[in-house]
Amino acid sequence: MQHDDVIWDIIGNKQFCSFKVKTKSQGFCRNEYNITGLCNRSSCPLANSQYATIREEKGQCFLYMKVIERAAFPAKMWEKVKLSKNYEKALEQIDENLIYWPRFIRHKCKQRFTKITQYLIRMRKLVLKRQRKLVPLSRKVERREKRKEEKALIAAQLDNAIEKELLERLKQGTYGDIYNFPVHAFDRALEQQDAESESESEEEEEEEEVDDEDVGKREFVADEEVEESDLSDFEEMNKLRTSSDEEDEEEEESSEEEEEEEEEMEMETKTKASRSKGKSPANGSAARKKRAYVEIEYEQETEPASKSRTT
Amino acid sequence: MFYFINLYCTFCTTFPLCCCVKLEFLPQKGSIKEHLISDLSRQKEEEKMEKSEPGAAAFPPTFSVSEIKNKQRRHLMFMKFKQEKRKQKMQLKKKKKKEREALGDKAPPKEVPKTIENQRVFDETMVDPEDEEVAFDEATDEFSAYFNGLTNPKVLITTSDRPRGRTVRFCEQLATVIPNAHVYYRRGLALKRVIPQCVARNFTYLMVINEDRKMPNGMVLCHLPDGPTAHFKISSVRLRKEMKRRGKDPTEHSPEVILNNFSTRLGHSIGRLFAALFPQDPQFVGRQVATFHNQRDFIFFRFHRYIFKNEKKVGIQELGPRFTLKLRSLQKGTFDSKFGEYEWVLKVSNFSLRRQKSCDKETN
Repeated sequence: MQHDDVIWDIIGNKQFCSFKVKTKSQGFCRNEYNITGLCNRSSCPLANSQYATIREEKGQCFLYMKVIERAAFPAKMWEKVKLSKNYEKALEQIDENLIYWPRFIRHKCKQRFTKITQYLIRMRKLVLKRQRKLVPLSRKVERREKRKEEKALIAAQLDNAIEKELLERLKQGTYGDIYNFPVHAFDRALEQQDAESESESEEEEEEEEVDDEDVGKREFVADEEVEESDLSDFEEMNKLRTSSDEEDEEEEESSEEEEEEEEEMEMETKTKASRSKGKSPANGSAARKKRAYVEIEYEQETEPASKSRTT
Repeated sequence: MFYFINLYCTFCTTFPLCCCVKLEFLPQKGSIKEHLISDLSRQKEEEKMEKSEPGAAAFPPTFSVSEIKNKQRRHLMFMKFKQEKRKQKMQLKKKKKKEREALGDKAPPKEVPKTIENQRVFDETMVDPEDEEVAFDEATDEFSAYFNGLTNPKVLITTSDRPRGRTVRFCEQLATVIPNAHVYYRRGLALKRVIPQCVARNFTYLMVINEDRKMPNGMVLCHLPDGPTAHFKISSVRLRKEMKRRGKDPTEHSPEVILNNFSTRLGHSIGRLFAALFPQDPQFVGRQVATFHNQRDFIFFRFHRYIFKNEKKVGIQELGPRFTLKLRSLQKGTFDSKFGEYEWVLKVSNFSLRRQKSCDKETN
């Protein structure tokens, strides 16, 4: 026989109920058929022979009912009724099935049904929004990639690569007339005299070899002195220019000045180079021009010396 | 000298054979544990000790350092062995150097060490500078409008949902580096809805910085009219204030762009993707340069200010953020992760094929 009170007496307070989860303030019931989820005399499915719940399966809501007549047949104890998808119709169905049942159970069933439909609606809405995809990171792979990246950074030698690229661009003249470096003009002039430059280069090579052997000695005294003074001029102007550049970033002004001077010189040296970056000192431009032709060869020879001086 | 004493040793009362005798010959005093090793191994060691004593020259040929049971002794012998090897190596080096100096000009050229770049298997997709097919492709692809000067880049930078401070600052700094860039908050919008709006407002690029655990870790770069979408992994982000010896903030001038080592077909398309971010005519007055350097499939981004000291030297000073990118996938068309057509997807294999062409964008 089904003695609800006795059952409740045992499992409710005194002895053990495996579905009960106790917290400080409240007890919860983990039984799947429990209608409220709390551990109460009126909501315990074990201690009530007449009981009803709403449960949801894959988006479909069902009404489960248990009556005392079937208490002896555990397999057929719960009667399952499929509820309509329409909210109002389903509520009517619940009312119709649970007519003459205690008020508490009817009320709680409807409450539970409402809650379930609400969360089903929310689930359907969320699927339509943006889904967050979690991509697993393999720890080994991450570690290896980190190491590879470090090694690639070392192999890249970024600063050198960038500097090289910038100097190449300067050489190729992508910067136009903004920067003026005197040695370049003579290099340019050289490059553009095609036929003569080849023979010149041969001569230069011979003379270079010769001069490499006699390191300290110079045979052409007069030119040498003038060269040194010219080089010193270049140095001063280099210093002047860079210091002015570094002080303020008024490159426009300085470049304008340079351009003005350049224009004067360009008039004379334009025959030599179409893209002349050369800026020669203001004194003796005509003489300069003549000397330029010869000087070119010596420029090449004394380049090592100039390098050591400026760097 | 060994002599067997029929005494009980003072340390352990178990062994009649005095193993303490050995203490005199050991260079370091061993622990008491040594005494408790079995007699057999002791004897073996003694034999070895005898042999090694007179100057360490007479080893049996099959002897190896790892057979010595005594840990300290073994360690000692190994250290000696290592020192010997090192000495020999130094001697060899010195000899070679002397030979090289003696020969002077006629010395054989220095041997080039093997690097990954040297050992790489040749990749067929390397682009020849004069390849006509590639030139034709590039003249008619999505970037042709930019490279012909018809469009100006306009970039929209945004993040994933709810960005943290670091990502927000990173986006702001990116916006200063890229001219004509706008940062907008995401606020939970779906990208597919964002893209038509961007197109309507004439944006050419959409850049989405993805965030994970308060750090930026991914970037989706989408060229807008209907351009390719590239998905990168970002690593080692350094913001401006974390950088040492940096310069002042970048100015509004358009920077120059340097693209290094983008030499295969895939590399070319990615390179063009980056190039189209910046306006076509850089302002040389600003002296700023943005570099994308590809090395072994990692793209390093740097932003510098340069100054030419003379025609042979240039000084660079780093401003701006720096980060590394690694391409994860390249998709034709705008962002569509479900139905998009992927041109290239990174294959993560645990078995690393270093010498084979695992890198698609690299030079030799």
